[in-house]
Amino acid sequence: MTPLQGCLLVSALLFAIGFAGAVTRRHAILALVGIELMLNAANLNFIAFWRYGAHPEALTGVMFVIFSIAIAAAEAAVGLALIIAIYRHKKTSNLDEVKELKG
Amino acid sequence: MIWIVKNLWLIPVLPLFAAGIIAVNKQPARKLAATLAIGSMALGFLLSLCAFAATLGHHGDGVFREVFSFPWIQFGGQWMDIGWVLDPLTAIMLMMVTFVGMLIFIFSVGYMAHDENFMRFFCFLALFAAGMLGVVIANNLFLFFVSWEIVGLTSYLLIGFWYHKPSAAAAAKKAFITTRIGDLGLLLGMVWLYAETGTLNFYDGGKGCLESGALATMLTHATIGGMAVSTMIGLLIFLGAVGKSGQVPLHVWLPDAMEGPTPVSALIHAATMVAAGVFLVARVYPLMSVGGIIGAHGVPVTTSLTVITWVGAITAIFAASIAVAQNDIKRILAYSTVSQLGYMMMGLGVGGVAVGMFHLITHAFFKALLFLGSGSVIHGCHEEQDVRKMGGLKKYMPVTFAVYAVGMLALAGFPLFFSGFWSKDEILHSAHNWPVSHIPFLLGCTGALFTAFYMTRQVALVFFGSYRGHEEKSAHGHSAHAHSHSSESSHDPHESPAVMTVPLIILAGFAILLGFVGTPAWPWFDGYLTGEEFKFDFSKLTEPGTLGLMLASAAIVFTGLGLGWFLYGKRQRKTVAEKDVLEAAQPFIYKLLENKYFIDEIYEATVIRFNAFAAWLCDFADQWIFGGAVLLVKYITVGLAWLYRLTDEYFVNLGFDTGCEALREGGGGLSKLHTGRVQTYLRVIGVALVALIIFLIWGRKA
Amino acid sequence: MSLPFIIIAFVTLFAAAAAMSLRNLVHCALAFVVAFAGLAALYLQLDAQFVGFAQILVYVGAIAILIVFAILLTRSGDTPNEAVLAPGWIYGIAVSAVVFTMLGWAVLNSSALPKQTPPAPATTVKNIGDLLMTKYVLPLEIIGLLLTAAMIGAVIIALKEPSKTDYSGRKT
Repeated sequence: MTPLQGCLLVSALLFAIGFAGAVTRRHAILALVGIELMLNAANLNFIAFWRYGAHPEALTGVMFVIFSIAIAAAEAAVGLALIIAIYRHKKTSNLDEVKELKG
Repeated sequence: MIWIVKNLWLIPVLPLFAAGIIAVNKQPARKLAATLAIGSMALGFLLSLCAFAATLGHHGDGVFREVFSFPWIQFGGQWMDIGWVLDPLTAIMLMMVTFVGMLIFIFSVGYMAHDENFMRFFCFLALFAAGMLGVVIANNLFLFFVSWEIVGLTSYLLIGFWYHKPSAAAAAKKAFITTRIGDLGLLLGMVWLYAETGTLNFYDGGKGCLESGALATMLTHATIGGMAVSTMIGLLIFLGAVGKSGQVPLHVWLPDAMEGPTPVSALIHAATMVAAGVFLVARVYPLMSVGGIIGAHGVPVTTSLTVITWVGAITAIFAASIAVAQNDIKRILAYSTVSQLGYMMMGLGVGGVAVGMFHLITHAFFKALLFLGSGSVIHGCHEEQDVRKMGGLKKYMPVTFAVYAVGMLALAGFPLFFSGFWSKDEILHSAHNWPVSHIPFLLGCTGALFTAFYMTRQVALVFFGSYRGHEEKSAHGHSAHAHSHSSESSHDPHESPAVMTVPLIILAGFAILLGFVGTPAWPWFDGYLTGEEFKFDFSKLTEPGTLGLMLASAAIVFTGLGLGWFLYGKRQRKTVAEKDVLEAAQPFIYKLLENKYFIDEIYEATVIRFNAFAAWLCDFADQWIFGGAVLLVKYITVGLAWLYRLTDEYFVNLGFDTGCEALREGGGGLSKLHTGRVQTYLRVIGVALVALIIFLIWGRKA
Repeated sequence: MSLPFIIIAFVTLFAAAAAMSLRNLVHCALAFVVAFAGLAALYLQLDAQFVGFAQILVYVGAIAILIVFAILLTRSGDTPNEAVLAPGWIYGIAVSAVVFTMLGWAVLNSSALPKQTPPAPATTVKNIGDLLMTKYVLPLEIIGLLLTAAMIGAVIIALKEPSKTDYSGRKT
């Protein structure tokens, strides 16, 4: 097992955990947390490939991850604002009860 | 083109317009109707005089004939012409029809004065005049047939003028149907003629169907029985004349046609319509006479002409014998007309156009005179028509008596002064010289004897003796004359007004004078019609054949007159119910003659019954076969409709509904995927990701 | 696979698992912070120092705080009484297991992965800055725009609606 493979496995496991959490927990914020974990796993993947792949001096991986972090931040902000707004409307943060789109 | 030939069409069109204007006018506008009708005929007469003048002065260089035709309608690639012809035959007929017609119209003003349907009468009369004049001037088979049919139609309308009388309605129907049988032959003949010659025009500058080129072709073609086509066509056209002119066996309608008003009988059934048949034969005489052997006096003998002669001769004697035993004043005259028409046909057959037409013209005048005179008598006797109930009218109606006597003598053929003598003599003269047989001559002589006899009988019964009409009248006791028994003078016959007697006098004058245009001494009529030279020559009268015949016919006439006077004039019947002299003598023969040889009954038992059966058969077929077919179609349609509805409801609708239900359920089922829960969606995305990866890897591997 | 790597990886994974499975939300947020810190350490391990510190700044310093604020504003700070797991959670577990299996198998059996370990790159902040200003200037500007829009959007979405007065004078 090369170090790269090790990093990739870690990233895969992290992704799976984040996915499981996002899909399993009832609370909306925890779903968002799961999504953040998945994003982070992807970032790790990028860095791993940058470090152990070809042309590390091009800094492509780093650039990507920087932008990814920025976008993740923006997305987390908007997502949490949404959760707060929904909480105000429906007085619940339970994902099962936000079924307006049912049908 | 002489202007009169171009404008010949005015002569029939003027009465047509008069009829139209009368038809659309409100009732009653009697003066207007009478003026229009009489005026149109008077104008027509003036124009006919112009036409006549145009044809004069051409003797010696062939027959004058001017034709005017114009293309009228196109069918297929061919143009059909319509046109009229002015030749001596046309001119003489035009003058006769317009003049006699005018006089009869004037008479009708008086006769129909009490009738409430005055306007309708004059409308129909004018229409008839238009049709008759159209027949006379037509140069074209089509125009001829159309006018012929108009004449037949108006005859029907006028015979059934008093349509609420069932006998009148039945008589009108009988007339129309009987003449229709003849018209069928005419139509067949005309169609065949057109097919053979390819043109509808009679005279067309050499191309017409009565001109030498066409006639030669028709002579050479042969048809059934080896007869030439010209003979066959001629016989078919003669069939039309048989119907219209009341020859045996289609004569049965003429006596019944007396149901119409007397002016109608005078105009249509004495002078003009029945003469149309004779005119037709005269018009197509070139066709009838083509290819014949020239007999004595240049008269051709052909099969068609022989048939015409025989039919005419048989008709003459047949009708004359019936007239002897009739008791209705108009019936006697009707049978007399049939008999004289037979003479005309015989004359055409044995002597040619001039001989037959001369008798037609003279007959028109004296028969119209006799009919109008009888009308005057009927009017004067308060609508009484049975001669047994008349008598002694000489002192009540002197003018009528005088003119009636003139007419009667002309009809009988009293020698020298009366036209009937000369015209009938021409016929007998030609019959005597006929190479085929002498029998028509003998029949003609016998017929002349009968004619003189029954006319004398009629005049004696009507005008001489004492008036027998009081018996019936006093037995009834009219409500209008409640005090009747004492004042019998109000029942007495009276003389007719001047409007009725003046035309009679004019006709009487012509009955005498017309004879002189056709005597052998001065054969103006003959020469005029045939275009030959003639001159005034008294010596012709004394030629052996001619003189002998004149004396013989004079003897026949005197015998008839004397016999009639002896039996009926001298020994007058006293009462109405007394038996007729002849009836007492020979009851069986008298009964046979009185019942018209039972011809009507024979027809009734055979033809009419067959017709009724055919009608019943057709009705049966219509109701059951065609009606059944229609019903079948109806049921099929209803059944199909029911089937469609069934299909629509159960198959289409159900199928559609089921499909929609399935769609909705499927949609409902599918919509369950939309739980609205985000996490479920995420799960699905996860599964999709896995599937994609597997697909990619395995795809790459393969 | 050096020992520090394994230890840091294990800590991160454990913290992530804890973040996803703890009952109390605040505990989840704290475990979350630990997981992020672990990831930052991993980045440092992989010679991506800038990224590591950016991770700590942004994730731990902003996003985790944001999550705590959200927990606060949605009154989820107390330990919930009802179940924590959504209905049908077993399917989620199954799917994520399958996902991990696929990814892991792909990683382990892939022949496209490079075998050699290249030497550590000499990356400085200056290099990153240069690249940001030249090659990646467009994404940079767009990111700026995006962040502005996200900020404004978040503010608007989370804004308390101005209270409306209905006709009877009551405030909604």
